[in-house]
Amino acid sequence: MSIVAALSGITKRYPGVVALDAVSLEFHAGEVHVLLGENGAGKSTLVSVLAGMQQPDEGTVIIGGNPLRIASPRHSIQLGIGTVFQRPSLVLSLTVIENLMLGGSWLRRLARAAALRRFRELATLLGTHLDPDAPLAGLSLGEQQQVEIMRALWRDAKLLLLDEPTSMLTPQGVADLGRMMRNLRDRGVALILITHKLGEAYEFGDRISVLRLGKVAGGIDPEALVAMEESGRTATIIRLMFGLEAGEAATTAGGHAAELAILLGRKIHGPAVVDRSQPPVLRVREASTRAEFAETPLRKVSFELWSSEVLGIAGVDGNGQKHLAEMIAGQRAVHGGALELGGIDITQGGVPERRGRGVRYVTDDRLGEGTVGALPVATNLVLKEVGAPPWWHHGITDWAAIHAHARVLIERNDIRTPSALTPAGKLSGGNVQKVLLARELDAEARVAILNKPTHGLDLHNQRLALDRIGTAAARGVALLVISTDLDELIEISDRIGVMFGGRLAGIVDNDAGAIDRVRRLMTGAGAT
Amino acid sequence: MSLRGPLRVFVPVVLALTVGGLILLVLGKDPIGYYSYVMERSLLRWGGAQETLTRMAPLLLIAAGLIVAFRSGIWNLGGDGQFLLAAVASAALAPALIGGVPRGVTLVLCMLAGSLVGLVWSLLPAVLKSRYGINEIITTLMMSFLGTSFANVLIKLVLRDPGTTVPQTRSLAVDDRLPRLFGTTIHSGLLLAMLAVVGVHLMMTRTAFGLRLQVLGANRAAAVHAGYRVERLTIAAFALSAALIGLAGAVEVLGVWGSVRADWNPALGLLVVPLVFLARFNGYAVIGFTLFFSALMVGGESAARRVGVPQHFVLVLVALLLLFLGLVEYLDQGRRKAAGT
Ligand SMILES: Nc1ncnc2c1ncn2[C@@H]1O[C@H](COP(=O)(O)OP(=O)(O)O)[C@@H](O)[C@H]1O
Ligand SMILES: [Mg+2]
Repeated sequence: MSIVAALSGITKRYPGVVALDAVSLEFHAGEVHVLLGENGAGKSTLVSVLAGMQQPDEGTVIIGGNPLRIASPRHSIQLGIGTVFQRPSLVLSLTVIENLMLGGSWLRRLARAAALRRFRELATLLGTHLDPDAPLAGLSLGEQQQVEIMRALWRDAKLLLLDEPTSMLTPQGVADLGRMMRNLRDRGVALILITHKLGEAYEFGDRISVLRLGKVAGGIDPEALVAMEESGRTATIIRLMFGLEAGEAATTAGGHAAELAILLGRKIHGPAVVDRSQPPVLRVREASTRAEFAETPLRKVSFELWSSEVLGIAGVDGNGQKHLAEMIAGQRAVHGGALELGGIDITQGGVPERRGRGVRYVTDDRLGEGTVGALPVATNLVLKEVGAPPWWHHGITDWAAIHAHARVLIERNDIRTPSALTPAGKLSGGNVQKVLLARELDAEARVAILNKPTHGLDLHNQRLALDRIGTAAARGVALLVISTDLDELIEISDRIGVMFGGRLAGIVDNDAGAIDRVRRLMTGAGAT
Repeated sequence: MSLRGPLRVFVPVVLALTVGGLILLVLGKDPIGYYSYVMERSLLRWGGAQETLTRMAPLLLIAAGLIVAFRSGIWNLGGDGQFLLAAVASAALAPALIGGVPRGVTLVLCMLAGSLVGLVWSLLPAVLKSRYGINEIITTLMMSFLGTSFANVLIKLVLRDPGTTVPQTRSLAVDDRLPRLFGTTIHSGLLLAMLAVVGVHLMMTRTAFGLRLQVLGANRAAAVHAGYRVERLTIAAFALSAALIGLAGAVEVLGVWGSVRADWNPALGLLVVPLVFLARFNGYAVIGFTLFFSALMVGGESAARRVGVPQHFVLVLVALLLLFLGLVEYLDQGRRKAAGT
């Protein structure tokens, strides 16, 4: 079939990273081309090059046989490229038709009758039943996405880019999207679909390409895709995605875990110390949470956690990890199911009750909710103890005691700050994390949840954070560590659970074959 | 070197007065004459100074109320309605009680009633904000509009003193009003107001409740994360803020006017907002700014009559001051950043 667009030797560098490294790909009319790859592989960068948002440093884009430069988003649209970005870009306070009309020049924006005609055309083509005058805020995420797609197709796109369009959708929304993609494909449109879910790649894709560290690691062409069994496809893709043979316990991302291990010369945490003959500290039984905008809720999650155990939670971002952390911390209501701590039912309590019983939570949103940037480090260190002795007596603050306490923690945890009175917002990311770790992994901690504890930190601080986790485990704290970095989880965990679509897709022992099973679970492919 | 403490305020004050003076020059007035007249009239003359201090009482109470709210991240802009309704409530209650119960009891009851009325008038915005996240700027302004109108209706239809020709409430005799301080014309409401401002400052900086409110104001998500009862805190801050503003209304009636006339609305609630910002929500600093503003108001009023500069010029000065404080702050920050500290 005819080639609608092609990339030839595209390289795009950002400071310190080659996001795309001599990428050459072809996109055929009437074909859904699935792009797979880990977070940071360069998929979104590829999309922004085609959408005219980023200029490649090297290489050319070929559209309809002509090599050219896509100078701007407007140019990209004129070339017949429609884009649905990873982040929604619609105006929630406007109606469906108003959002669609935003694209054109302001004169055309006023031509409502013409817009409605185009809207009906596209609605028929896509098979949707949207009300053009419905305010966007009232639509489900799936319906909002349909509007995004309509907007991308508004000017007769020949190539449609969809960057992780399914990550926020319900199963019904995904099915609807699949139907639309098929309709478009049958009309001869070339589609690029980016997804993290192998099931979707097989169901909707005609051709699969895998990006790894900015390079095209390989792919499966339509003939091969049809001919292969699912297990064969999965094995091929996992090998391409992670650059290794399936089941081989090596490292990803340029071997940084190996480098780190050398850096410190020791293993953080041994799996042998967990005593499972004792009853577990934390028992979570069929716990669910309520769905909220753009968040995956928990669906009947059950697991047990023992003292001194590190249970890693892997999974692609946005599969319910945040709800899991917040639910255990008491920050989010349990909606069906039960939580038990040391044999006592704690399903009902909020943060203060849970914290009083030794539940701790190191949030991944360190500046957004973990600390108050305007208040001193010292205050942030007792943020969750406000009103409690020994720092408060009958509600009166003992600042001297708080500052003394802060100086001890600053010293002991090597928090680099000019003083205990420095606003927390002035600290570097690594030191903010040290503040949180010092606050949460205190002597009374029994169960600690850590959400992406090394995210955004430099190598040294990553190391320190992992080290604190190891020491806490050795002290008998039961830890739940959520991370998207699989190497890290392999290194510190006793067991690894995988979140997928709000469910705990499975828990595997951290032994030699773990990495392979975890990766299968991560793509929703099933454990065994 | 960055600008420290007093200099940080002094420089903007001088700049504001200078630019204000230039404006007067352009308008053909004598700036030196105006400023010295205002100062003499409001601070140096004993009678004027007493008036200046008396004016401070409601301003300080409102400032105390606004500090509680603003530090908690709650923009209570409904001060005028809360103030006026509380004034009317205490004006209605005082003459009715004074025959039956002792003066002290009457005054205390009236102040409590004023606080309560202010508080009640803030409940709807408070609940809407804490429960449904509805913006309190809009709801408090609406309630304020409603409150000032309602106060007038009450005076004209329900509480009107039949013995007067203009619609107003029954008057509280001068001897029954708030006691004067040491033979001056300053009433004891000023003391109460000082206590309130200092009390609020201490509460915000030295208690668990105050710290929770500060956290709520600085980062609501952190308050949720730390497990504070955010809904209750929001309502409590609102209630305390409005009760203090209500108390201001009661004190102004019980200390100065003795009654409330229809269509009386000093609109102090919004006037105090810039002062509280100038003081950066600091209880001690706001005392200084209130004194400054009160003196400008007292002096400015007679200057309007004597020098022919409209009274609103005072507001121009306050606006200039706000502008220059912000500007000095901005430049200072930029310089500190450049110096890498
Ligand atoms: N605007 C940018 N500035 C700097 N680095 C960027 C920018 N956008 C992406 N990157 C980096 O480029 C790499 C590829 O990112 P991206 O294309 O978003 O990956 P993917 O979509 O596959 O997860 C990552 O290392 C990312 O940090
Ligand atoms: Mg991406």
